Amino acid sequence: MAKEHNEKIASLKEFQEKIDRDEKIEPKDIMPEAYRKTLIRQIGQHAHSEVVGMLPEGNWITRAPTLRRKLSLLAKVQDEAGHGLYLYCAAETLGKSRMEMTQELLSGKAKYSSIFNYPTPTWADIGAIGWLVDGAAIMNQIPLCRCSYGPYARAMIRICKEESFHQRQGYEIMLTLAKGTKAQKEMAQRALNRWWWPSVMMFGPSDADSPNTENSVKWKIKRYTNDELRQKFVDAIVPQAEKIGLTVPDKDLKWDKKRNNGQGGYAYGEINWDEFWRVVRGDGPMNNERISAKQKAWNEGSWVRAAAHAHALKKQVALQAAE
Amino acid sequence: MKSNMADMVFEGLLRIADDNLILGHRTSEWCGHAPTLEEDLALPNIALDLIGHAQTLYCLACEINSRYKNEDQLAFLRLEHEYKNLLLVEQENGDFGNTVLRLFYFSTFMKYFWEKVKIECCYTKLKEFSEKAFLETSYHSKYASQWVVTLGDGTDESNLKMSNAIANLEPFLGELFNNDDFTEMCSQNDFLPEPTSIFDSWKNEVKGILQKGNLNFPDIILKKRGGRKGEHSEAFGYLLSDLQYMQRAYPNSSW
Repeated sequence: MAKEHNEKIASLKEFQEKIDRDEKIEPKDIMPEAYRKTLIRQIGQHAHSEVVGMLPEGNWITRAPTLRRKLSLLAKVQDEAGHGLYLYCAAETLGKSRMEMTQELLSGKAKYSSIFNYPTPTWADIGAIGWLVDGAAIMNQIPLCRCSYGPYARAMIRICKEESFHQRQGYEIMLTLAKGTKAQKEMAQRALNRWWWPSVMMFGPSDADSPNTENSVKWKIKRYTNDELRQKFVDAIVPQAEKIGLTVPDKDLKWDKKRNNGQGGYAYGEINWDEFWRVVRGDGPMNNERISAKQKAWNEGSWVRAAAHAHALKKQVALQAAE
Repeated sequence: MKSNMADMVFEGLLRIADDNLILGHRTSEWCGHAPTLEEDLALPNIALDLIGHAQTLYCLACEINSRYKNEDQLAFLRLEHEYKNLLLVEQENGDFGNTVLRLFYFSTFMKYFWEKVKIECCYTKLKEFSEKAFLETSYHSKYASQWVVTLGDGTDESNLKMSNAIANLEPFLGELFNNDDFTEMCSQNDFLPEPTSIFDSWKNEVKGILQKGNLNFPDIILKKRGGRKGEHSEAFGYLLSDLQYMQRAYPNSSW
């Protein structure tokens, strides 16, 4: 027992040293259980977010205003299904099946990004999601390309390339609306008003209230804290909004030369954490609708999946009989 | 191009473009609601191809008819009776089985259609486009055929659902193969193949796939028709109200 225990400690030491040397951890490597659990939770949530995220945007495919916009939106939503697939595969390398993760999403046990519990009532929301939500996602995800877990890091490299394309597309939608008719500009401003604070909240609780950060930093799953990433996001987006003549809905927003270690950055107003926690706990504007839509699709598709399974078995039996 | 030839080419392009736009629209309705994540990826991908085909064809149509300044005007700003798509493609999706069966019928038809255009069409721009369209519709037909076999052969329940889908779509198949004065003119001018000229290849392939799925080939009799003349079903108005919403609510805007 003592020998086994010592070996385990040695291999965990080796694990941390590997991380410290910036080498990747691969699926068959020894890893602490907490590292595995953290990653399964994080990658699973990320995959669920991609899949649920298809709904608010998919909502506008049939009503997109031009063929070009319709095609871009279709391609974007399709990319998200693809991201969901890579990420489920990456999580599966840690020992949890896609079926289990899907069941947890449908039962409400697993979380997905709260941002998708907000509605998309107008076309401008599609622009705002691309610009702000994908913009925030990129801030979070670019450091993940260097994450210590190999399969996740590699999936993120491709995902980030596609996300930055989506973000440019979203900003371009907003730019077009902002320089359009009065009604279009108002539509864009209202969408920015709706999506600004939820996007700022996407980085999660403040560092002081974020229990997962310390280990994740040590394990190089996370390289920046929530507040550091939030600051980068605000600093990037505010000038972009100004450039297209839209107003960020925060009266306390102002340049603060002390931020970012004296290099300057935007100070922003108080975040409504009550709203954040309310939406996380299931009481956002669209939580029920999103999960109900996924449950309905899953239940209505059960005969299709059962048939695919039965057909595959029959084919296998026929193949064995032929041999 | 002489004006009567131009009218023919315009109308011919419109028919194919409308079929693709409307089926693409229906297919895109599945986005996020499919039975598996793989299908959530495949169906928007197919919708993308179909609407992409429509876009190219509308652009060609605009080159010919200066009444329309761009492809969006054709796609979004015509009145209901000006759309010339088949009734088959505008019907509501129904369940996944009905959706893949319709896709299989239509894309198999289009595969043989484009194959003929590739060889016979006198209109160079369409002939060039048909290379790509043929490859893409061949893929759609293959994708849908695999599901038709899988669902037909899978379980008793899925076989019954597919039999119901066959019965449900049967009244709309006649229109797919209906020659009229216009299709005859297109064929005589080496522009587009006559729908009946595709029937044998289509029937052989569809029959074979349905047999593999223990399903019966339907009777192909001209029953419901009107789409080619702009006479549409009730469901079409709702489709247009989604499709045209932005262009109608915010006229003369750039997007």
